[in-house]
Amino acid sequence: MKIAVCIKRVPDTEARIKIAPDGKSLDEAGVKFILNPYDEFAVEEALQRKEKAGAGEVVVITLGPATAQETIRTALAMGADRGVLLQVDRTPLDGLEVARALAAELKDGAYDLILCGKMAVDDYNHQVGPMVAELLGLPCVTAVAHLELEAGEGTAEREVEGGIEVVEFPLPAVLTADKGLNEPRYPALKGIMAAKKKPLDVKLVTLGAGGLELLAMMPPAERKEGRIVGEGPVAVAELVRLLREEAKVL
Amino acid sequence: MSGAVLAVLEQRDGTLRKVSHEVVTAARRLADALGGTVDALIPAAGPVTGADALGGFGADRVVTMTAPSFARYDAEGYAQAAADQIKAGGYGAVVFAASAAGKDFAPRAAAKLGLALAADVTDVAVEGGAVILTRPVYAGKALLRVKVTTRPALLSIRPNVFTPVSRPHPGAQETGAVSVPAGRVVVREVKAAAAGALDVAEAPIVISGGRGLKEPANFAVLEQLAQAFGGKAAVGASRAVVDAGWRPHGDQVGQTGKTVSPTLYIAVGISGAIQHLAGMRTSKVIVAINKDKDAPIFKVADYGIVGDLFEIVPKLADEIKKLHG
Repeated sequence: MKIAVCIKRVPDTEARIKIAPDGKSLDEAGVKFILNPYDEFAVEEALQRKEKAGAGEVVVITLGPATAQETIRTALAMGADRGVLLQVDRTPLDGLEVARALAAELKDGAYDLILCGKMAVDDYNHQVGPMVAELLGLPCVTAVAHLELEAGEGTAEREVEGGIEVVEFPLPAVLTADKGLNEPRYPALKGIMAAKKKPLDVKLVTLGAGGLELLAMMPPAERKEGRIVGEGPVAVAELVRLLREEAKVL
Repeated sequence: MSGAVLAVLEQRDGTLRKVSHEVVTAARRLADALGGTVDALIPAAGPVTGADALGGFGADRVVTMTAPSFARYDAEGYAQAAADQIKAGGYGAVVFAASAAGKDFAPRAAAKLGLALAADVTDVAVEGGAVILTRPVYAGKALLRVKVTTRPALLSIRPNVFTPVSRPHPGAQETGAVSVPAGRVVVREVKAAAAGALDVAEAPIVISGGRGLKEPANFAVLEQLAQAFGGKAAVGASRAVVDAGWRPHGDQVGQTGKTVSPTLYIAVGISGAIQHLAGMRTSKVIVAINKDKDAPIFKVADYGIVGDLFEIVPKLADEIKKLHG
């Protein structure tokens, strides 16, 4: 099986977000960057599928700055075979620009499966996977939490509001991974050493302007200072009164 | 360019989903600012319960677009039907829901049209004729103000944010069959969650539990409190307990789970890690119950009770039951 995994370098979910002086971007000082958590599920799934098939290749592709090479090395250390960095000066706000660049790279790769995370935890766009599928003319299932593959087809489960949707689809396809799909492995020391020697292509790409212009990045509205109503079960009556009379939510 | 706005809606099993009211509400706001009308589009297999009430939320025209494959969700079919209508309608803006289905087919429709899609929008405005949107990033740790430079402006709205506004305004009803090929991804079945269970992302009240619950079986305490709210509450969970396998992944609230904005969020035995706070800080009212008075959760909570949750929560359930009884 030849599998491509589209990954992204993102700030750690535990990172505090500080806005840079330009008022439009993240102040990256002191911020740790990681492989997007949903992409970890995608990489793990690709590795397991290749291992199960007994043969194949797992290629990780990312669009990002030069530093995203580290992110690719993380995936290579997990066990992916080679990486491609589509290097840009700035990651565009418009997911379609990202999808176009990825689709151009994926187009002639003859992949049986293209995996992505269901979304990146920085931009919350949750759109690049299905856009890549559309641009490549492939079927797509998003937010896959359970997957079974047979020759030429697959069955996936995805969470929808109040239930689980069970879908069938033909291969090749684009799938985006949700939490629950698998347990991503930690790169072992041996994998980390091996990753340093695995091929990593860097291709400079130029993206279009896209259709979204960033005006400002702002901190969220501060929440009004709350208060401790009391201690122990005796405080419950007062809490209920406040919820009814002050907050008016009951 | 026209100021008309298209609202792309969702039904399941022939009944309009509640988020559709919010989509029409957001579309109405944009249309009023752009000086246009609102068309509502519902892909469905037949008549849709609730379509006739959409005028009351601001739709001037409701078009039920039918195809046999729309009996169940059909990603490619929905995307094609929406794209065809967008091309034909000459709209200034198009509003989708950032729901499970909307996140799946709206990007496909956008790519078909070669247009940008602003996802998960929490506020809409029009300034100097341009559509300006606000959307959270980093799970709400920051907000972006974004100007859409392509027309029509495509956006999906976050559920539970746009409060539906009723207005006395009947909408015209139309039904038209569309001819789109059935998609390659076929929904074989939808396994329903436990009867009456609400999704944490959509419930008006969310009660979440963390490590303070001590063991999985103790979530029964939270389930009982949820029941006391008479079917309006869902039970959520912190990442710690989901990673420990105590609760299903779909219940996780936080940056690698769901971002929720209920009217009332009750955090029980949750310390308040930054990635959890990011997922629930836009809730209207936050209540925290925790034995540690220095827990970070109390910094974002409107009301807190310090103490043993196993004494406090059952008492709270009793009080709520009294209100509803």
